[in-house]
Amino acid sequence: MSDSKDLLRAPFELAYNYKRSSGPVMSKFFEALGQQKILGTKSTAGKVFSPAAEFDPETNEPLKEMVEVGPGGVVESFSWIENPQHHHLIKEPFAFALIKLDGADTSMLHMVGQCKEADLSIGSRVKANWSEIQEQRITDIKFFTIEK
Amino acid sequence: MKRVAIVGYAQHPILKNAGALNEVELIMPVVHQLFNDLGISQKDIDFTCSGSCDYLQGAAFAFVEGLSAIQTNPPIKESHVEMDAAWAMYESMLKIQMGDAETALIYGFGKSSPGDLDAIISLQMDPYYISPLWPDRVSLAALQARVLLDQNIITPEQMLATVIEARANSKNNKNALITDLINESDYLNNAMVSSPLNQLDCPPISDGSSAMIIASEEKAYEFTDHPIWIEGIDHRIESSNLGSRNLAASNTLQASMNQLNLKNIKFEVAELHTQFSHELPFLKSLLNLQDVPVNLSGGPLVGNVMMCAGLDAIGKTYEALKENQFTHGLAHATSGPCLQHNMLVHLEAQK
Repeated sequence: MSDSKDLLRAPFELAYNYKRSSGPVMSKFFEALGQQKILGTKSTAGKVFSPAAEFDPETNEPLKEMVEVGPGGVVESFSWIENPQHHHLIKEPFAFALIKLDGADTSMLHMVGQCKEADLSIGSRVKANWSEIQEQRITDIKFFTIEK
Repeated sequence: MKRVAIVGYAQHPILKNAGALNEVELIMPVVHQLFNDLGISQKDIDFTCSGSCDYLQGAAFAFVEGLSAIQTNPPIKESHVEMDAAWAMYESMLKIQMGDAETALIYGFGKSSPGDLDAIISLQMDPYYISPLWPDRVSLAALQARVLLDQNIITPEQMLATVIEARANSKNNKNALITDLINESDYLNNAMVSSPLNQLDCPPISDGSSAMIIASEEKAYEFTDHPIWIEGIDHRIESSNLGSRNLAASNTLQASMNQLNLKNIKFEVAELHTQFSHELPFLKSLLNLQDVPVNLSGGPLVGNVMMCAGLDAIGKTYEALKENQFTHGLAHATSGPCLQHNMLVHLEAQK
């Protein structure tokens, strides 16, 4: 065995070293999030998808028309996490929730924070709270809180 | 349609932690057990297809390592699905239908113990809208559980009964990981993981593997006197946009049932890939299985090898038909959050 100083070494970064485009529909959605606005896409039948969908999953219609929705909405379902795991973004008890934003016909998966489990039910009204820094990502919405 | 039959199935004992056993060492024994049972070798196999998840091993193309379990020299015809091995079986079916193969070996393997399954499954979701929020698999399932409970489609009592029954049924399954019985107070005193789901509503972290051989009608009788026919197979997927789905129903499963014309078939056994306790009563009612013995093996709640448990549902249905002189069995495999993607397999014993 040679000394460790004789070994050849190369850096290894476990990561995807490429950038990904989010495409014509989702780009608009994320750019708007960066300006603290939530958009949805509207089908010719008038159904509004938010987060913005590129296609209507029922009719396969490509969706292009963007409309603003939220920032308030209604909890359609939620799961309550009393003990967050290390990878969760909120370190206190919180909920993952499906939230139907005002003006939308579909729900957005996001988190509801700063409340107790007993405060939350299907039908609760919540509103978006924004992150301190906008990065044009879904996490630009920090979480939702119960509307007072 | 060519008739295709399952001629053999083998399953590794499901382990809590396979330790130093690597994926190859998990697959080898089940493949060789199958070959020995049927008195055949890899030379008798035209097509080999596996199902596994590279995310679990943490390396791109990690499934190629799994192939080392099979003698690949001289080169063999093979394929892989980054899915449950039930879909490897589907691909093998197509291969036989196309006339490219008469026989196929299918295997699946998963070793969930080394990593953090909740975090890993988060990474497999939609990378734009969902993964960045790091939803764990239990919390996603719990969203559907709450919808079903809220709309009285299922009851908390049915979830409790499902957990108790799974434990009791584990006695029928020599490979089950969880075999200890529980009672109502054990269940009610169990801490919530992600409400409304507690630890006992969720499947155990499991390591293991399974293998199956299917063959065309011509070849099936060369391998066994008792082939079990794949009378129908259908799979459909719903939107990856979780919030645009109706979690209280499944139009896609309904479409599969219609496609397979299941309405008038009297099933004697069914094995469903229901990983969480609320999914079993939901699917029983969707699939009209109220009076049918379901998950006599205990199902995923007593052992849930990722990328394998769907194939196991098919394998356990096959075994039940073979061992009990039943005629019709229904197997179900699923993939994705909240029963997003479902496969139904109608198996029939020779009359």
